[in-house]
Amino acid sequence: MHIIESGNVAAASGVQLSGAQVIAAYPITPQTPLTEKLSELVDAGELNAQYIPVESEHSAMSVCIAASSAGTRAFTATSANGLLYMNEQLHWAAGARLPIVMCVVNRGIGAPWTVWNDHQDAMAQRDTGWIQLFCCDHQQIIDTVIQAFRLAETVRIPVMVCYDGYILSHTYMPFDIPESAAVSRFLPEFAPDWALDPACPANLNTVTLPDIRPNVRGETAPGYMEIRQNLHGDMRRAIDVVADTDAQFAKTFGRGGNPFIEPYRCDDAEYVAVAMGSLSYHLRDVIDVLRQEGLAIGVAGLRLYRPFPNRAVAEALSAKKGVIVFEKAVSYGYEGPLYADIKAALYDCDHRPAVHNYILGLGGREIKTDDLFDSLRTSCGADAPATREPAFVGLKI
Amino acid sequence: MATNKTTILNLPEEELVHPGNRACSGCGLSIVYRTGLKALGRETILVVPPSCLTVLQGLYPIAATQLPCLNVTFASTAAAATGVLGALRARGKTGVQVAAWAGDGGTSDIGIQALSGACERGENFIFICYDNEAYMNTGVQRSGTTPQHVLTTTTPITGKHQKKKDMPAIMAAHGIDYVATASAAYPLDLYDKIIKAKTISGPKYIHVHTPCPAGWGFSARYTVKIGRLAVETGLFDLYEQENGNFRLTGASQKLLGKKRKPVDEYFATQTRFKGMDTEKTRIIQEEVDQKWEVHEKAAAGIC
Repeated sequence: MHIIESGNVAAASGVQLSGAQVIAAYPITPQTPLTEKLSELVDAGELNAQYIPVESEHSAMSVCIAASSAGTRAFTATSANGLLYMNEQLHWAAGARLPIVMCVVNRGIGAPWTVWNDHQDAMAQRDTGWIQLFCCDHQQIIDTVIQAFRLAETVRIPVMVCYDGYILSHTYMPFDIPESAAVSRFLPEFAPDWALDPACPANLNTVTLPDIRPNVRGETAPGYMEIRQNLHGDMRRAIDVVADTDAQFAKTFGRGGNPFIEPYRCDDAEYVAVAMGSLSYHLRDVIDVLRQEGLAIGVAGLRLYRPFPNRAVAEALSAKKGVIVFEKAVSYGYEGPLYADIKAALYDCDHRPAVHNYILGLGGREIKTDDLFDSLRTSCGADAPATREPAFVGLKI
Repeated sequence: MATNKTTILNLPEEELVHPGNRACSGCGLSIVYRTGLKALGRETILVVPPSCLTVLQGLYPIAATQLPCLNVTFASTAAAATGVLGALRARGKTGVQVAAWAGDGGTSDIGIQALSGACERGENFIFICYDNEAYMNTGVQRSGTTPQHVLTTTTPITGKHQKKKDMPAIMAAHGIDYVATASAAYPLDLYDKIIKAKTISGPKYIHVHTPCPAGWGFSARYTVKIGRLAVETGLFDLYEQENGNFRLTGASQKLLGKKRKPVDEYFATQTRFKGMDTEKTRIIQEEVDQKWEVHEKAAAGIC
């Protein structure tokens, strides 16, 4: 069924179709309409879930952690400082291997206060052990939420579904709501292999020693470091599961096909612009004009940020003359975090393109199409500067 | 009045805490936990933040507790209990108690926001705070419930300047149906209070005074004696507040109309009070006397 609605409602529809059983949330702009919609669906009896209006984001993730540990499908959503307030709990959720799904409606971080969009919130959670997926439009939001539950439950790793605050969360676009029966086939009921249960007591997440240690039956149990290595190994394997989940989704619903990178006019391109989220679609219009001017350029929208699909990135970009990374986040004192990752992914390639970094749109600073033209024209061609320092686009002072 | 008081003869024999756990010798929590789990029974899911209890319960992969237990972060105890309850409702599971079990710091300091939220939402759980009056697991740092003048590793010379936070009163102010205090020195009183809490729906809060030999500075064999002295001097009162009705219980109730032991008798037993002097002791004795005047009037029906 096609409807015209906001990105937040697209996310809520995905959660409804996925049959989340426990939802806990605390309001923060621009996530709020998503949780309002979910509470409305639960209140109206259209979603059979426990909606828990907690007193903080820290508690929202605590509820999800406990609900997931007790064998239910759990969901929350947040933005910006709310996500940062959860930080400790994000590590806990991933460390405890709980398949929680969370929408992150991307917003800049204070101080100073901003309610507008950038990606600093999600990028700051890069090393929490969560899978991070970025969406470009409303259809991708609903589709990715549904996929996220299946992905999380397959690898037992929590998943963040990130989409741009206001640009996607509050704008209205047409999108298709998949048939409920088809979603149920794609995403069967949550069947955890263990859960908190008095019939089979276990002490979960207890203090774990630096070294391995036998249990009461004399079997060797892992130490803390083995448990961490296991999460890392499963995160790397999750790259294949992301691809498989996308393929199965495409087979059922006819959408998808680009699990890691969504290319636009990249095949014969000498230069490729890279971005995450709605900006990669914005760049398509710019690329179309530059193509008319004779520049062989395309755009690659990166969908999966963690685990980082480094082989797919190398494959897509290594043969190019230049790669121009646009991002809405900074690793203060170094460069854009995505830029650093893309350069690292290209390091082992025989041919390494020049890679440029533009930082833009922080705290909702308008991204002018003219600025994108200027950046791309500057970075493409024989005269392109060799500088590796990130350039801030759109500064006015 | 509790009609069927439990005695040592009809306390369940089954132990849900294994012997040989990692508690210090003389640990008041050992008594509280052993008795508390007997009262809670096997159909219980525990939620525990970092505290001495985390250590008591054992290091992976060995556990000292025979109940399912979710270890959670410091600030999240009551929210995690909420999540377990939500999952039980979603799965249609009934008849399982959810008990959050935290220390005084995990309850009255870092855990108070989540606890307050859970009480406001009316979550159906029992929250047990074992109050050993400082951050004992990290090495005796002051907490919100450390009494005034007590020496800790963060109040090392002049003692704590502030008064003890009255956590049960804060909980009662949430308007929840059951708030009680108890003491490690009176385990049967604690047992009966947990049994009663199990029959009440909504949030239940039990605050348990828990002597700590290492942190308070007394010999491990005096845990019960010192716990009793705290009650006998009127410093810590055993009571219940059921549906808003306050009543003293057990040993505290028996003190009504009687002469209490002087507070300095309690202070003299522990090195943490060695900063007390005559004037400080006089002021605290006065405060205790005033508090008990209110108890006496209330018991006599004079408001």
